[in-house]
Amino acid sequence: MNPMACHQCDLVQQIPPVPDRAAARCPRCEAVLFRTRVNTIDRTLAWTIASLVLYCVAVSFPFLTLNISGIERQTSLLTGIVEIYQQGLVWVAILVLVTCVVVPFMQMMGLLYVFLPLKFGQSFELSKLVFRLFQHMQPWSMMEVFMLSILVALVKLSDMAMIIPGLAVFAFALLIFSLAFAVSSVDPHQVWAHLDDRR
Amino acid sequence: MKNASATARELGLVSCEDCHQLSRLPELPPRRSLACPRCSAPLHLRKPNSLSRTWALIIASAIFYIPANVLPMTVTTHLGSQQTDTIISGVIHFMETGSFGIALIIFIASIMVPLMKLLILAGLLLSVHCRAHWRPKDRTRLYRLTESIGRWSMVDIYVITIMVALVKMGALADVDAGPAAFYFAAVVVMTMFAVQSFDPRLIWDGLEEQHE
Repeated sequence: MNPMACHQCDLVQQIPPVPDRAAARCPRCEAVLFRTRVNTIDRTLAWTIASLVLYCVAVSFPFLTLNISGIERQTSLLTGIVEIYQQGLVWVAILVLVTCVVVPFMQMMGLLYVFLPLKFGQSFELSKLVFRLFQHMQPWSMMEVFMLSILVALVKLSDMAMIIPGLAVFAFALLIFSLAFAVSSVDPHQVWAHLDDRR
Repeated sequence: MKNASATARELGLVSCEDCHQLSRLPELPPRRSLACPRCSAPLHLRKPNSLSRTWALIIASAIFYIPANVLPMTVTTHLGSQQTDTIISGVIHFMETGSFGIALIIFIASIMVPLMKLLILAGLLLSVHCRAHWRPKDRTRLYRLTESIGRWSMVDIYVITIMVALVKMGALADVDAGPAAFYFAAVVVMTMFAVQSFDPRLIWDGLEEQHE
């Protein structure tokens, strides 16, 4: 393997062969240099397609239903964003929309765009650019934080009303895991090596 | 390789931030910016203007942190009585009603995490400025901590989004978002950008000058 520099302390090092499903750490600063993944293309595609199905359910089906002494209010994932927008907190609405709806969707699309052609030994013209964008998007995907917020909101409202979770909540919870599995099946080193050879 | 432990910069190499490919730095620095030969990402020896960008972002966050905590986060109407809550009064309210777990989550996510991020980043920046040699490994660890915990500050913003969506029943029960939500969201976003603009390799650069 070629030498590589640690991205956190710049130390150049020769990497010895790393076993499957292991992480290589920098000896100087202990940053994870990379993790080796098994079967990266197939696994990533499988989890991404599963995530896409769950995403469609999570966005379109009823999310939470509030019941105060018989009066019901049904909401979807997007209701809160629209309400916040209408109250004039435009930037907050955009932030929630981006981090919980747009970025996860773009992550899935990006993975499909890069990995589908790779599966057949090909690559698209924009594959490299899309994969770079995918890597930069990761910190802005925050669905697991949203899930914690649902639990907080449930406790907060428990003395005021009854809350019935809808189908979308369960899809959303599963989506967090399946998208996390999809992202963690990606082996950037293998991807870059594939994309490099094709040029 | 010159010696057992050399950095890419010492060897005249530059590491791509996107695909980790090492490239040789041209002898004469060209006018045009360099691009990685493999993934065509812009190449920098260190993140550009890392220190001033990070300072600017954390100072702006620190200023926005004040209205985020002073102004009301939510305005709740329940059976005709209205109640405005700031971040801290929300935490206290939870403790009084016995939801200690929730109080702890909100306290950590909304008060401790942003404050810790700002303090750690300011500390790291100062240590880079005075070329400190103090425990570079632990300082890099602190940087990684700010990278991983930052996202959890979003909890309160999402809670408000959910509450505002659900509780819309006029005089019976109604939750509105307060102006603090904007400032708090801005703090979260700006501190995330601050973490991304800081270059942890600067921590180690201070040590190398000692070797030479």
